[in-house]
Amino acid sequence: MDGGTGTPERGWRQGRWSWIGAGALAVARGAGLCGLAVAGLVLLLALLMPLFLAGLGIGLLVNGPAHWPAAEGAAVRAAPFAGLVVSLLLFPALLLAVRGLAVATRRLSGDWCAVPISDPYLSPPADGRGGYRERLRWLADPATRRDVQWLAVNTLGGWILAAVPAGLMLYGLLCLLGGNRGHPVVATPPAFPGSEPPMLLLLGAALIALGLWAGPRLLRGYGLLARSLLGPTGQAALALRVAHLAQTRADTIDTGAAEMRRIERDLHDGAQARLVAMGMTLDAADQMLGDNPAAARALLAEARESSAKALAELRALVRGIHPPVLADRGLAEALRGLVLDLPLRIHFASELTGRPPAPIESAAYFAVSELLANVSKHAHARQAWVDLRHQDGMLRLGVSDDGCGGADPARGTGLAGIERRLAAFDGVLALSSPPGGPTVVNMEIPCALSSPKTSSC
Amino acid sequence: MRAVIAEDLFLLRDGLTRLLEAHGMQVTAAVDNGTAFLAAVTADKPDVAIVDVRLPPTFTDEGLKAALAARREVPGLPVLVLSQYVEQIYARELLASGTGGIGYLLKDRVLDGAQFADAVRRVAGGGTAMDPEVIARLVDRSSADGALATLSPREREVLGLMAEGRSNAAIAQRLFITERAVAKHTASIFLRLDLQPSDDDNRRVLAVLAFLGR
Repeated sequence: MDGGTGTPERGWRQGRWSWIGAGALAVARGAGLCGLAVAGLVLLLALLMPLFLAGLGIGLLVNGPAHWPAAEGAAVRAAPFAGLVVSLLLFPALLLAVRGLAVATRRLSGDWCAVPISDPYLSPPADGRGGYRERLRWLADPATRRDVQWLAVNTLGGWILAAVPAGLMLYGLLCLLGGNRGHPVVATPPAFPGSEPPMLLLLGAALIALGLWAGPRLLRGYGLLARSLLGPTGQAALALRVAHLAQTRADTIDTGAAEMRRIERDLHDGAQARLVAMGMTLDAADQMLGDNPAAARALLAEARESSAKALAELRALVRGIHPPVLADRGLAEALRGLVLDLPLRIHFASELTGRPPAPIESAAYFAVSELLANVSKHAHARQAWVDLRHQDGMLRLGVSDDGCGGADPARGTGLAGIERRLAAFDGVLALSSPPGGPTVVNMEIPCALSSPKTSSC
Repeated sequence: MRAVIAEDLFLLRDGLTRLLEAHGMQVTAAVDNGTAFLAAVTADKPDVAIVDVRLPPTFTDEGLKAALAARREVPGLPVLVLSQYVEQIYARELLASGTGGIGYLLKDRVLDGAQFADAVRRVAGGGTAMDPEVIARLVDRSSADGALATLSPREREVLGLMAEGRSNAAIAQRLFITERAVAKHTASIFLRLDLQPSDDDNRRVLAVLAFLGR
């Protein structure tokens, strides 16, 4: 067999027994989810308690035994209402518990059932704080009502999906036990041809195999069922999106305003001040021109020096706003130029065939520029790698180094700032930087590429 | 000496023309776009061409492309490229042919008329004139790796000045050493960069290329 088919075969061999492990894991997890369902049942009953108590109270009021003595009768009639008040007071705590259970189910669905479910809540998820009023506001969130619906669905039948594998295993084991002892421990299905030990052994093995095989599949089904109720609805997804957009828009405006202030300050302290000084120097030179040409000449030289410095400062400023090569040639060439300028051995690879939209190019350029600045300042790296690709509608940038690692977005604002700027384009940043290195940063920005500009010369 | 100028800003075009004429050169054509520039250099066959990087219609690197095209049309045409910014990748593209007669300077350098005219003459004579800003950034990072890392700091300094296009005499004056010492340094640089003895001008360009190319 050649190398091409060797890999799948090895995969099959590795996978030969792995389904049993996966199945056993799924069976155990299914049992765990059933435990959660029991907790859900308790919560559901507790939620229904006020209704039950109210009904009971009204029933007793209207239809209570007439022969009760007045005092005792009043106490019996009042008891359900007292219970009602208590259960209403406990209601917010109950809502918190419901949300906690829903959050746990979501996480387990992702971890165990391979069906990740994103948070649908409009208000921040359970944080354990906030008073009665805050909890009642949760009632207005459709996601809370859907959480309760999930409890009902899970109690009424959802749990069966999770329980079936464990049930099959258990039944199979009992059959095996019966086969071993020579007489059945449990009743076999009526249609089964006989309860003789060989048959029991066969049945047990088949049931266990079926349980193991079905485990992961049923668990996935359970996850999908959970997602249909616990996941965000289309409307909730839109609402979350709007909240995200509002947040990133505010960030973008803040960043833009801060940038404008920085530019204003730079111009004011730099070029503008130099031009003023230049004007004054020229004026002085003008006055001296008649009686002291030598001094005037020195002043003129000084004025020229000032103009050169003003130009240099303007150049640095413009480079910080929009690097010329980025405008001229696009992201790949601009990064190539950036890499050339740094005192570090950097391997650069680009597979871009076109150009992303200008704002994204700019964001990506400054992100890489800042990351490389971090590398040369903090990483003590010998080499760094930058690569640039466009794949599945995403601009992907990777920056890595062989330095000392330990980069932490929580310390310093650099990485957080990059993340915020990328978020304006729905871009994300992933950082891996264990102490001792290496540091790997991956960034993704969804965008389309335009075809490369054709040369006009 | 005859020159062609391509610069889209009228004030600068006019200023350049006057500056060159004040230094005894003749400006045969002063145009404001790449196409007219190509036509002018093929028609006039000037001794040197001066081009702004940013030209209409796109105002990106039109002038650079025009300069490279002109060098293909008129082989060996000395070209001095002016820009508001100097970029290493552009410097490399200009020097990629490995022949001399190339200059790449910041527009600021026209403020010092005499030095600028000197650079124009050097380029017209087949030498190079790289902006000190390009060189400064290269020197900063050349300590990191490659054959250049084997150069001593003094040799790197000499190479930098050589890349700017300065003669041995000018380098000696700048570094306060004798011309013989400069010659010794340059010989050592050529040796370390493995540049075979050929005519000195060409080797100087190749050394600069090694510097830029890394």
